[in-house]
Formats: sequence, structure tokens, C-alpha cells
Amino acid sequence: MALTGIQIYKFLPKTNCKECGQPTCLAFAMKLAASQAELSACKYVSEESKKALEAASKPPIRLVAVGAGDKKIEVGNETVMFRHEKTFFHRPGLVIRVKDSAGPEKAAKTAEEVGQYKVDRVGMTFGIDGIAIQNDSGNAATFAQCVAAVSAKTTLPLVLMATNPDSISSALEKVAKAKPAIYAATKENIDKMIELAKKYACPMAVRSSDGLNELAELTDKAAKAGVEDLILDPGVRGFGDTLVTFTQMRRLALNKRFEPVGYPLISFPGEGVASPDEEAILAGQHIAKYGGIIVLDHFSPAFVYGLLTLRLNVYTDPQKPIQMKPGLYQILEPKPTSPLCVTTNFSLTYFSIAGELEAAGWPSWLLVCDTEGLSVLTAWSAGKFDADKIAKTVKGQNAAEKVSHRNVVIPGGVAVLRGELEEALPDWKIMVGPREAMAVGGFLKEHWKS
Amino acid sequence: MPGVEIPIEKWTGKIKEVKLGGGKRKEIVLGGENTLPFLSFEGSVPHPPTVAIEIQDKEPAGWSPILLSAWGDAVKDPATWAKKAAEYGAEAISLRLVSAHPEMGDTGADVAKKTVDKVLSAVDLPLIVIGPGVAEKDNAVLVAVSEAAKGQRIAIGNCEEKNYRTVAAVCISDGHAAIAKSPLDINLAKQLNILLTDIGVPADSVIMDLDTGALGYGLEYALSIRERVRLAALGGDAMVSMPVLSHAGAEAWRQKEAKASQGMPPGWGSVEERGIIWEELTALTVLNAGSNIVTMMHPKSVERIKATIHKLMGKK
Repeated sequence: MALTGIQIYKFLPKTNCKECGQPTCLAFAMKLAASQAELSACKYVSEESKKALEAASKPPIRLVAVGAGDKKIEVGNETVMFRHEKTFFHRPGLVIRVKDSAGPEKAAKTAEEVGQYKVDRVGMTFGIDGIAIQNDSGNAATFAQCVAAVSAKTTLPLVLMATNPDSISSALEKVAKAKPAIYAATKENIDKMIELAKKYACPMAVRSSDGLNELAELTDKAAKAGVEDLILDPGVRGFGDTLVTFTQMRRLALNKRFEPVGYPLISFPGEGVASPDEEAILAGQHIAKYGGIIVLDHFSPAFVYGLLTLRLNVYTDPQKPIQMKPGLYQILEPKPTSPLCVTTNFSLTYFSIAGELEAAGWPSWLLVCDTEGLSVLTAWSAGKFDADKIAKTVKGQNAAEKVSHRNVVIPGGVAVLRGELEEALPDWKIMVGPREAMAVGGFLKEHWKS
Repeated sequence: MPGVEIPIEKWTGKIKEVKLGGGKRKEIVLGGENTLPFLSFEGSVPHPPTVAIEIQDKEPAGWSPILLSAWGDAVKDPATWAKKAAEYGAEAISLRLVSAHPEMGDTGADVAKKTVDKVLSAVDLPLIVIGPGVAEKDNAVLVAVSEAAKGQRIAIGNCEEKNYRTVAAVCISDGHAAIAKSPLDINLAKQLNILLTDIGVPADSVIMDLDTGALGYGLEYALSIRERVRLAALGGDAMVSMPVLSHAGAEAWRQKEAKASQGMPPGWGSVEERGIIWEELTALTVLNAGSNIVTMMHPKSVERIKATIHKLMGKK
């Protein structure tokens, strides 16, 4: 939570010396609150105030990146307990765990397969976000070899899992450039793990075996040593305990500004559950309730597709509904003679009309206009779904090249656009469809002659 | 460094308790908690959420083959279906009177009464009966249902803003609970509860159906409306503190992801797993956001969600 200008003003010298370029200290405070000035512009602010201001302007949950480059996973920097209060910002990373005891070939093969997994939804492509490699063998050389083999087969971010600092060290020698996460610093090994995290500038997970007190002591120690890209494992597993503990940690970080738990979480839904199915359900809970990096032990496309879909739902900005990428979508392998229907890019509008066309068995072309995620009537009344927009989309998507006819069906809710559209699209016959998606099958049956 | 102090949130409000069944029939209590879902470290959750199995009075058309094979021939007869649902661990039966819909058979009050009689004698579980969703037919068949189930305290729905008087009246006279359905909107939900209580439905006889979007199809709205309603209720707004019912199964199994077995992208995985996880994630999400009863359809998802609730209640 950012400070207000008045709160910042209390820390300033209040001398109105103007050297910062602002007429008064209060004006400078206002600029600072709006992030339009830097505190360093004031030469007279005391060290003590500086520290207090820096601490207060820190996000309550630190943003931490695992991996480097465009595939890196960024988690944290959340500001609310419930998504309706603002939104959840950084989607949790779904990571698949392999073990070095399986041998480097097998681990690398799994990593490769997992890395190739892709699924499309609402015109976007999603997949697995990372690979965790566990030092099941306990042997540092075996681990390093396995990590090297995996990293040769995937560009996904890695989580290196070992409690033996030698194992982590020998693996980091090979892959530190890719900024893998170290898992985990514990009470027993934290000093050596801090050294490694500093040396290679990698994010580090901290695991407590004895509740939040021990966790806070460990993170405090790491932060004081300069390792601040931390990920937390409070050591709890299963449904009830993770719900309670993750909720408490989020509250401590947001509402109490308790810095030692102000970092994203890592969770292991596969530990302490009875089956892969239960793992998937618990992973779902962690998506909705405060998970950060979610490490799965089983990779099943059906489960992962469900989890990715859930993540998309939960992390949608309530102010900005899920949108389809505008474009010309094919329903059931349409032919050039198949109907052409126009709709908006609000995902639920798209799904309703696409679903009804499919259910009614109508191969068709569905032209999705960019209405900024608004439904038909809302978009129309906001001026984002008018004749001009529809005409431009028809032309822009080259609909005339895809269909051999010149008929376009518009939603019944915007029947008033017909006249204007006839002017904007003189070559096309404008057909007014039904008001409700449900009736589209019946409408086409009656009015569409192919 | 000083020890970590766990923040405790104490609420002034509490979710109302609504009882179903009783007498010779098994009794369930919905609601009663004074804390957010499953956070019993700072409040009390006296009654775990109930898992009901949804059945219908007509052999289903267009259902997923996965669902149909799980139930076999039981789907041909609601009483047999209800019995099998009880064997599969249903804690209540939710019966949808599909055949009364004008386009699905247009059966009348006599058929509805007979079906409800049969289901009530087949199982001793609490019953929920949902009409076909067309106002005049709802009113016609649900009046008969209410009379047939007098003394058994069932839940009857739906009462909607445009059509609630008839169903509410028979719930009052026959001692049933009314299901108040509103479209994902806290103000409309509250408004309908006020209308119902104003005409005399006791506040402990209203169950809210806040509407449910399935995973991938508006689940985020279902999640947020429940969290908002729950926070308002615990904050002291008695007019939204009725227990919440979520039709997780019907919504999830309606979707393409749950049904489609052929020609799907490889990323969708196996159809056997997909429909079930779709239903489970839908149910889990609405439970964690605030639901006191979920209706579900597949025996496997019922089993797992019951186990999940058990664990969320802090039992091993």
C-alpha cells in the first residue's frame, strides 16, 4: 500500500527550501506519492526518514522472478485478499517436478514433453511454466548431471530442489545463468544457501519445519544478508492446513505489513494427498487461495488444462472481463458457403454463440470484433460495437475471401445498426439474427439458404 | 525477533441455519458458521457443506457419455436413480423436473407429484426439487410437489424476482425451504430475500442460489459473488446471510470440455478425466468462496469433493 502525500510529508524536513524543484515540502510529498519525483532530490531528509519511507513504499508482497528471459515466472506483488477488491495480478506458475533418481535421460525426457504441452483458450496459448528437479538421490554429482540434462532439453525456468548445499552448488555451476530458484534454505543449511543465492544472484526458497515463527526468523536472516528474492514454504501440506496458513500469511503481509512473510509462496499439492486427482483439486485451491509457485508431481493434460483454465478465471481483472482475441473463428470446419455471424469479444458472449452454433450443428464463420471485452448490448451502448467497428472488422479480417456469399448475420440486440451497416458494407446483405444465442440454430434453419 | 502474531478476524454476522429433512428422514443443517469458509481457527463452522447429487425425472438427452456410463440404466427411473445416488454417498438428492418443460414433454402436476412421491419413498435423504425453469410450469408443478412432500421439509426452487409468490406461498403453508435464485448480483440477491421474507417466508427457510458459472465459463463471477455475499453477511447484513446453494455439477457438465470425446486438441487430455476434473474444480472453487450445499453429478467427483470437504474441516 502506497503512502499518501500527507504521510510522506511527515518525514520531510518541512523547511520549504525549494532545492528539490518544488515550491514546498508538501508539494514535493504529493509528487512523491504520485511517483513523479525521487526522494533523492531532497538533500536534507534524514537517514532515518529515508529508511522509513523506503520501507513504507515497498510492496507488501515482493515480486520475485524465477528464470530469465521471456519465459520467466513472476509471482508476488499481490495487494488484496479477494479478487473483487481490485484484482489478483501475477498468475501462479505451474511447475512439474522430476527426480534425479529416475536418471538424467528420463528426467530430461519428461521435461521435454512437459515443455511441449500447449493448449489454446480464448485465443491465447498456455502451457506449463517450469520444471522442478529434486535431488532424490542425495548425491551432488548425480543431481548436477540431471539438472544439466534437463536444462539441455527445455528453456522453461527451473527450481533446484535439494537440502544439501553441495548439490545446489554443483547444479548452479551449470545453470546459474538461467536464474533458477533454489529450494530450499532451512534452519540447518541457511548460511550456506544464502552464500550460494548471493554468489549466483538467484531467487531462494525458504522452508520452515516449525511454523511461521521459524519461517520469519529465516527470512529475516536472509533479507539482512542481502538475499531478498525469497519464496516461502511454511512447511504445511494438504487442504485444511494450507488454506489456513496461506490465508494467515497473506493477511500478515497485506494487513499487518509483516515483512518477513511478504514474499510469494511455493506449494506442493501432491505431498500428503491420496491420489493424482486429489493433487489436482488441491492445486486448484492453491490457484484461488494465494499460491505462487505450484509444484505438481503428476502431469496429466486434462488436469493441467482444468488448472490453467481456473487460473485464467481467478486472475482475470474484474474490471476487465476475459476477452477473446478479435478475429475470424471457425466453428465445425466451415465451408465458403457457411454462414458468417458477427459477435463481440466478451468471452462469455463468444462461448454462448459458439456453443449454440456447435450444438445446432452449423459449421460457420464467427467474426469476433474488438469490443474491449464488453457484451453485445453493453458494447453497443458504450459505442464500442457500432456499424463502423463491424464494417472495419469484416474488411480487416478479409471475411470476403473466406466466404463465397455476401451475407452477414448480426446479433438481434443491435438490429438498429442494420441501416448504417448497409451503407458501410454496400456489397453485403445484413441479416438480423436472434436476440438470444440460444435461438441461433432455429434462426439459421429458417433463414439461411446455402 | 518477536514471535509472529496470527491476525484473527472476528465477525458480527453469522450465516443462518436452514434445516432440511427431519422426522423419519435424515436431517441436514445448512449454514451456521460465523467465519469465512473453513477458517475454523477464528470462528465456528458447525455444519460442513452438504454434497447433493442431481438427478432428473426424464432420461437425459445430450449428456456426456462419461456421466451416462456412470449411472447406467438408473437414469431411466428417478427412484432407482435416487437410490443409486444414495449408495454413491449423496447427502441429499436434487431432483430437476425436466419433463415439465414445454419442450421436454410438458408433463403436468400429476406427473410431478407421482415422481416426488416415488423419490421420497425410495430414499430417506433430504430432497431438493427444482422446476423446469418456465414460470407458469414452475408454478403448476411445484405447488403439487409441495403438497406431496408436506411434512418432509424439502427445498423448492426456483423463486426468481419475476416469479416468486406462488412457490413462496406453498413453502410457507407446507413448511418447506424456498430457493431464491438471482443472477450473479448481490443487490438482486438481497432484494429477492427481502421480497420473500416480506411475504412471510421465515428467514430460516430461504436458501440462495446466486447462480453458478462453470470453470472456464464465468466461474470468476460465481467466485466473487459468493465472496462478496459472504463478507457482507459476516459483516452483519442479515438479508444476505442465508445459506448458499451451488449447482456445480449441472453447470460443469453442460460445457464442451466436459462432454467432448472426439476431435479435441491433444492439450485437452482424456475425456474420462476432463469432465470429472471440470466438475471438481467448479465445486471446489464455489465451496472455498462460500457455498453451503453443492449439487453434483458424477459419483467420482462426489466422492472426492466429499473427501476434500472432510479435510478442509480439519479432519484427517
